[in-house]
Amino acid sequence: MNPEQNIHTDNEVLVKVEGLSKKFCKDLKTSLWYGVKDLMTGIGGSTNERELRPKEFWAVKDINFELRRGECLGLIGHNGAGKSTLLKILNGLINPDAGKVTIKGRVGALIELGAGFNPILSGRENIYNNGAILGFTRQGIDQKLEEIIDFAELEEFIDMPVQHYSSGMKVRLGFAVAAQMEPDVLIIDEVLAVGDLGFVLKCFKTIDRILPNTAIIFVSHNMPMVSRICTQIMLMDKGISKFNGSDISSAIDLYYTRFSNNNSNVIFDSGQLSIIEVKIINNLIEQKEISDIYWKEDLILAFKIKSLGLKEIPIFKITIFDKELRPVALLEPNEKEDNLKIEDSIINFTVLHEKTQLSKGVYSVNLSVESIKGTPLYRINNILAFQVYHNVDVWQPFLLQSNFSNNIKK
Amino acid sequence: METKVYQKNNTLSLFKLFSASLKDIYASRFLSRQLAERDIKAQYRQSYLGLFWAFFTPLATALVWIVLNNSGTVRLTDTGMPYPLFAFSGTLIWSIVTESIKSPMQSTNSARGILTKINFPKEALIVSGIYKLLFNTFIKLLLLLVFVLFYGVGLSWTLLLVPVAVIGAVIVGTTIGLFITPIGLLYSDINKIISFGLQFLMYATPVVYALPKEDGLLKTLMTYNPLTPIILTTRDFVVGTVSNYGYQFLIVIACCVPLLLIGLAIYRLSIPIIVERLSA
Repeated sequence: MNPEQNIHTDNEVLVKVEGLSKKFCKDLKTSLWYGVKDLMTGIGGSTNERELRPKEFWAVKDINFELRRGECLGLIGHNGAGKSTLLKILNGLINPDAGKVTIKGRVGALIELGAGFNPILSGRENIYNNGAILGFTRQGIDQKLEEIIDFAELEEFIDMPVQHYSSGMKVRLGFAVAAQMEPDVLIIDEVLAVGDLGFVLKCFKTIDRILPNTAIIFVSHNMPMVSRICTQIMLMDKGISKFNGSDISSAIDLYYTRFSNNNSNVIFDSGQLSIIEVKIINNLIEQKEISDIYWKEDLILAFKIKSLGLKEIPIFKITIFDKELRPVALLEPNEKEDNLKIEDSIINFTVLHEKTQLSKGVYSVNLSVESIKGTPLYRINNILAFQVYHNVDVWQPFLLQSNFSNNIKK
Repeated sequence: METKVYQKNNTLSLFKLFSASLKDIYASRFLSRQLAERDIKAQYRQSYLGLFWAFFTPLATALVWIVLNNSGTVRLTDTGMPYPLFAFSGTLIWSIVTESIKSPMQSTNSARGILTKINFPKEALIVSGIYKLLFNTFIKLLLLLVFVLFYGVGLSWTLLLVPVAVIGAVIVGTTIGLFITPIGLLYSDINKIISFGLQFLMYATPVVYALPKEDGLLKTLMTYNPLTPIILTTRDFVVGTVSNYGYQFLIVIACCVPLLLIGLAIYRLSIPIIVERLSA
């Protein structure tokens, strides 16, 4: 992209949303009947305020934001929070019931990839179909055809009917066409969730390329992705904006607390042991469901386990998961030299991990117990959760301590 | 840079809607062609009989009536030309009209999936429907020409006017179709009613029999049926007869052009309302 373009267009507001509201109906028959009524009033050009009618609710209520070129707004919230409805209004697919949207420039939407594909026609023909719907001209597609096929990595299969493509291939072809758009405003809805790793990396490369020249509105449930590309966040809940601002970490924290799930579940139980108590003993604030520690503080886990016929001390494997439920770390299991003991059928022990360098966020702990030979004895997920506090927010799971210096020394 | 504003439309300017609609039709000319091309290609690539289906229904209807007439089961007044030619031309032209009535709804309905996800000029759906219609019509006209030659009626100079009449028929059909589409997209009943109603309407139009000479309910119906002049004039142009309905034909077309524009405006206005109900 041409950097000179940025100079005069840098700070203009491309998307302005003021007091936007939209209502939906819960019942299909009623909804259709309201549709007929809306058609009539639409044609008549009625001016009365639209109030909630019976069986209606606000799917989106009083949303405000502004977005400039080069900024990216992350829209987060659980399913049914109104994110997609908001996107549809921004994309001009449906009209708001109140409020106003002003959008400057070309709008591109990555909501559905491969729109207009006909399964019987070949990939090549469908590039034209999809391109036409996205607003390209024939000459435009002719020019970019090779690039699109290259990008999709489908040279070999481009003349095969699309119905024989795998779903990943279809998505790749769709994205390759969409990637040729040069929008001023780009709306992205969860499409990047599909596809293999290579594809996701490619998508990011494309987004990184167009981001400086574009205002992006990005809907995702993938928080690392959100914190990676977004400069602002709006957290929606039941159509209302619960948080709106550039403090990404607070928004994401808020999002996660809505999902805080403290139910542990036993996956496997051989009947040879049971867990009496697990806790973090260095937590600063006692009596809280989630224990808190500061970054670089020691993490001490205390276990109290009842033996129901164990002959020797088993191996305890403790895995730490991040909020996306991805395993991020395994604590070194116990060894013979640790000399753990069973006293009155109770095993009492602590696990110390010094200077935790997990980055800020909520983590959960899984415990799996095995015999020395490796037979599984017990497995429990989400046995406890803890939160790491720090003033720096990063999306990577670890923030490792480091020192920078001019001197080459150890 | 282009600025778009989306808000509850309080004021309605019919003129603005027309001009926006026409502008979009022009801007989306590639899209509408591409969509038509896609559908036609896909249709024929997956079929061996291909073109045959374009005129199967009208031919079948005509054949039924030819048999009825020839066997004397039904006694029809003289049509002024070999009856098979009359019946074939009638049903073929009628099928052009009915297809144009159904076309806007069909095109829009088949695009439901993308309507709720991508913003593109919706008028392209209507236009692509018309392209497909003209493609089918072209084949039907060729077939009609074969019949004209076969029955030895001879070629008349009026054949050159046939495209004009056909475009007239398409305009009338599309106008009717556009008015039905918004409601038809909400309720599937409408589609059924239309298909059913058109079957009856055929008998109130001089398709398989001529306009009755003596007064009666049927004659009144046929005389005031706006589709009558369309069918008669088009047939006149094909066969070279004169049934003096050219004047009414022009009136009907003249009424339809402004109505077509209003239909386009309503269509444009109603799509967001419908999309909301489809995806809610």
